[in-house]
Amino acid sequence: MNVITDNWDVWAEGLIGTLILFVAGGLLALILGIIVGAMRVSPIPVARSMGALYVNTIRNTPLTLVFFAFAFALPPLLGLRLTADVSLTLAVCALGIYTATYVAETIRSGINTVPVGQAEAARAIGLTFGQVMTLVVMPQAFRSVIPPMMSVFIALLKNTTVAAGFGVVNLGAARNYLSERGANQMLVIIWVMIIFVVLVLLLSWAQRALENKWRVAR
Amino acid sequence: MRKTRISASIAGIALAAIALTACNSGTPGADPTEDGGDGGDDTTALWEVATDVQIEGSPTFDAMTERDGVIVGVKNDQPGLGYEDATTGERTGFDVDIARWIAASLGFDEDQIEYVTIPSANREQALVNGDIDYYVGTYSITDTRKELIDFAGPYFLTGQGLLVAADNEDINGPDDLEGKIVCSVTGSTPLQRIRDEFNPGDTVEYDTYSQCVEQLLAGSVDAITTDEAILAGYVAQRPDELKIAGEPFSEERYGVGVAKGDTVMVEHINTLLTDGGDVWTALFDEHLAPAGITGTQPEVDPAS
Repeated sequence: MNVITDNWDVWAEGLIGTLILFVAGGLLALILGIIVGAMRVSPIPVARSMGALYVNTIRNTPLTLVFFAFAFALPPLLGLRLTADVSLTLAVCALGIYTATYVAETIRSGINTVPVGQAEAARAIGLTFGQVMTLVVMPQAFRSVIPPMMSVFIALLKNTTVAAGFGVVNLGAARNYLSERGANQMLVIIWVMIIFVVLVLLLSWAQRALENKWRVAR
Repeated sequence: MRKTRISASIAGIALAAIALTACNSGTPGADPTEDGGDGGDDTTALWEVATDVQIEGSPTFDAMTERDGVIVGVKNDQPGLGYEDATTGERTGFDVDIARWIAASLGFDEDQIEYVTIPSANREQALVNGDIDYYVGTYSITDTRKELIDFAGPYFLTGQGLLVAADNEDINGPDDLEGKIVCSVTGSTPLQRIRDEFNPGDTVEYDTYSQCVEQLLAGSVDAITTDEAILAGYVAQRPDELKIAGEPFSEERYGVGVAKGDTVMVEHINTLLTDGGDVWTALFDEHLAPAGITGTQPEVDPAS
């Protein structure tokens, strides 16, 4: 327990960093993922191939390499000065852009569960593609993708620790900080693990609540 | 067809493996250019490998003799101190040679040393777990570390310094850091000191100093801070692009990390350092003097 109580500053800073990365990266991933998912099922061929290209390149790249590109290739290209805020923004972009591919594919699998007849009927009564998606398909798709979508966000939460190697302080960096203060490394790792288990349990709880709320009567 | 190709490639791999092990077992007494590499050849002439070493009451030494080899923890990304050539796998530097010298004094020659790269954050744990026999790698003697492990030495004195681009005229010391971005390793003490005692514009932290150097060369950060001896190695690598700004503003004493309670081993290393002044000077002249820093051998702390 001393590892925690003697070093509140490190743990607080780390937890805040992790939560910022998770929330901001998750929002970016959700928005971008929904757009890309819709592109992949749209009737416009250019949008479909753009979506496929995005998913197939980013999803096939290891996360550390995506981070590397954002931390080391982008700043000189854009002439960025690397303050802590800039590093955080770059990390959020890296996480969001990477996770968006998984969100897009999860959404697409959800869209595939909606019977084709629904979209055809919607079109028959004169709705546009946008209306078909937002009024008929997406609401049904969302409720069927809650479990896999939550898995994507749980993975995102744990992936935030990668940012520790690229200039962003989060729980993944706690060990480096506390080793300088002479703390027992194994204890630090166990505490980081416990914090992550608790955070993921919270997400699982949110998943169950959403599932119950949006349950379809079959 | 497919089957024959697969079995042919398996045979090829097996042959290669046999060839490799054959080379390995042939090294004792072999051509000196084959083992150790150039870095070792220059300095091993400075000392002889001790024979019939008897050390009573040192658990570390007992473990070494039992496995008939030494496992040394070192750094691999600090030119001039502890550096591993990525292509040849050859290890060079002041710290690496100190480790070799200690091994020789314990009766182990170059072939019996196994180097393990251990990052700063894992050093105490590696010694506590007994993964390594001793650690030589810019390891500052501090009271918090002394609670977990013991130190022999110090064998080197340095202080915190600043590394900047060669054409930077603004930064001449830690007081000039206002509005500047300073880079160092995640959670490191030098970075904490800069934050607490001086007034930098901002700080960023990466896993290794090499990554900071990368960002400094790209112009994304203004300065890198850590011990001057480490910074000097990077200057020696790129003298046209980097320079050290100002004087050191702290005192760091590098020691050899040894498992807690092994006073016998600490005393053995201390005696070696105290009696071997010429070796120390020769090693310093070879590895650190070219990087433009001066230094004299410090006196060792008495073992407690």
